[in-house]
Amino acid sequence: MSAAIKPMITLEEICTEAEKIRLSNPDLGDKIVSDIYQNAEMIAGPAVSKNSTDSRSWDHKLDDVLTSRLFGYPIMFALLSVIFWITIAGANVPSQMIADTLFAFQDQLLIWFELAGAPSWLTGILVLGMFRGLAWVIAVMLPPMAIFFPLFTLLEDLGYLPRVAFNLDNMFKKCRACGKQILTMCMGFGCNAAGVVSCRIIDSPRERLIAVLTNNFVPCNGRFPTLIAIATIFMGGMVVSELQIAVASLVVTSLVVLGIFVTFAVSWALSHTLLKGEASSMVLELPPYRKPQLGAIFYRSLIDRTIFVLKRAIIMAAPAGAITWMLANIYIEEISIIGYLAAWLQPFAYAIGLDGFILLAFILGLPANEIVMPILLMCYLSTGQMMEFGTLEELRDILINNNWTWLTAVCTMLFCLLHWPCTTALLSAYKETGSKKWTFLTFLIPTVIAFIVCFIVAQSARLLNLV
Amino acid sequence: MSNSTIEEHQKFLSEHFGISTTPGQFTVALAGNPNVGKSTVFNALTGLHQHTGNWPGKTVDNAQGSFTYLDRSFLMIDLPGTYSILAHTVEEQVARDFICFGKPDATLVVLDATCLERNLNLALQVMEITPKIIVCVNLIDEAEKKNIKIDISALQKDLGVPVVATAARNGKGLDTLRQKLYEMSTGLCTPAPRQINYSSEVENAIQQLLPKVSRLIGSNLNPRWVALRLLDGDKAFINSISQYLDFDLHSTRLQEVAV
Repeated sequence: MSAAIKPMITLEEICTEAEKIRLSNPDLGDKIVSDIYQNAEMIAGPAVSKNSTDSRSWDHKLDDVLTSRLFGYPIMFALLSVIFWITIAGANVPSQMIADTLFAFQDQLLIWFELAGAPSWLTGILVLGMFRGLAWVIAVMLPPMAIFFPLFTLLEDLGYLPRVAFNLDNMFKKCRACGKQILTMCMGFGCNAAGVVSCRIIDSPRERLIAVLTNNFVPCNGRFPTLIAIATIFMGGMVVSELQIAVASLVVTSLVVLGIFVTFAVSWALSHTLLKGEASSMVLELPPYRKPQLGAIFYRSLIDRTIFVLKRAIIMAAPAGAITWMLANIYIEEISIIGYLAAWLQPFAYAIGLDGFILLAFILGLPANEIVMPILLMCYLSTGQMMEFGTLEELRDILINNNWTWLTAVCTMLFCLLHWPCTTALLSAYKETGSKKWTFLTFLIPTVIAFIVCFIVAQSARLLNLV
Repeated sequence: MSNSTIEEHQKFLSEHFGISTTPGQFTVALAGNPNVGKSTVFNALTGLHQHTGNWPGKTVDNAQGSFTYLDRSFLMIDLPGTYSILAHTVEEQVARDFICFGKPDATLVVLDATCLERNLNLALQVMEITPKIIVCVNLIDEAEKKNIKIDISALQKDLGVPVVATAARNGKGLDTLRQKLYEMSTGLCTPAPRQINYSSEVENAIQQLLPKVSRLIGSNLNPRWVALRLLDGDKAFINSISQYLDFDLHSTRLQEVAV
């Protein structure tokens, strides 16, 4: 071994020596970086030739409009409304078709079960609980997702989303948060769990935590169908049918804007209390506009996101359907278990403009927001199972028969928008923050805000005799 | 590589980087600045054979995909998009550690043809670590639209490594890219990457450290580059050395790792 001849060297000794050299040339690190840049310049210079033209000018002009102080916000708002409009208008027909097919199959299932001589409780759990819950989730969830995701990915691919970040950067700076937070919010539209994970793009740990804690104020795809359905029935129901979809999309857009407003408010509050600090500076690149690849968009948004979210919904909806059916069909002295629970929650729920069943559905929907509506409908139908409602009209009748008013609808939508995240999102928050405390806060902050907002809305409406 | 070292290297990759290769599979690292169409290149080469995981112990995504060329299988590891690999952020550290210690059979650096100069920094930094590098000048179609001409052969001569012009969105240049990756991985191509010329004060500092560094680390890493990192005062790098090379501050020589 050569080391026998030469004196031994350890890494530590070399580090010490390097440290000495560094101390005698304090700007050595900067020098190394600037040397690299100079080399790059020397190589690129001869290899690149530019004919200056004004071909870039069109996208500069476009940027001037899209990121202008005057038009930036209205354009964002308009685009968001258009996306919701396309989603709501386009989802109706396929929803109807899927529902017809699945419920026709359910009738077939019932016949088979009867032929096989299955006991009624088994038929109840499997067909009226599991299959029906599943059918509802698929029929109501899949079409909006299959339309919304590709549209959103299209905006991403066009290069519009970074411009949104640019527009909102100033607002985030005022809240002492990071402009990239808007990108994590955009992910949240798909799924808050994915949104929480995407907070990794934020470098500063403080700003990353703020983004994690507030991501839930963007309604995810588990909550969209609920918001869309209620908005269409109650808000859209107030106007002539031609305007129904337009009004519904405006209501949903306003809810999203409210969510964004709450995000800013909570971010501001956090960075002035628990997470004190200044906004860090960052370089926000506006990449060039690109021609979107429609095939890739379609495939990725359908396969990657839609199927992923749907799979999760199915995994959650089937057991939840079975459990709800059991709770609704096991009677203790004339009243089902669900009835007991709802009655116990009633006073509390009434104070915030809901009823016991709605609050119960939100609680049972903790594993996945997709199943809140199906559970609620199971609860409402005295038979302890969901009726086959083919249209939103029938859904409306069910809700009105259960004493829904416009206030119930508004408070349910607000609660849906603001309430606690689902378990998957909470698990993601735990993985990302690695702390029980921050995960608990991720749960607590939205919950408290949802109760406060709904309480204020409900009490004011009643005081003013609006209901 | 003998069979036993191949197995050892496989084990090393899965333990340290969460990457599982099949025997005889080449690994290709994919590096590049953000927004240069790196994922487009990744998707175009690997199609739907991809999966996403996490770098062990880091909250950074780790996307891997595979493709086959001339009956050889390649596993492509999509490194986080970074402007440099001087380890200022977790992403840069992840990218640097994989190129440096994961010993990929080839490293593909994607550059944006419309701002080549800014992008070259990353390529030059990678070339200091590994000679097995292929430079992919992507978005060449956009550069053409902007009347930017890039002399690919001059660039190739100057850099001493294969340079391929691509427009990954339209699939242009991808075949050449696969071919070059194959040649680099199988050793058919012998690159001579141009090294960065440093100013005299940096060069003097390197020379002061170089003899000792060379003696300590042998042929595991490029000693010049290691000396530079030490002069940078790069604490993260010293941690990485001990983490990946079974080596601590008091060892007197490096354990031979599977290469």
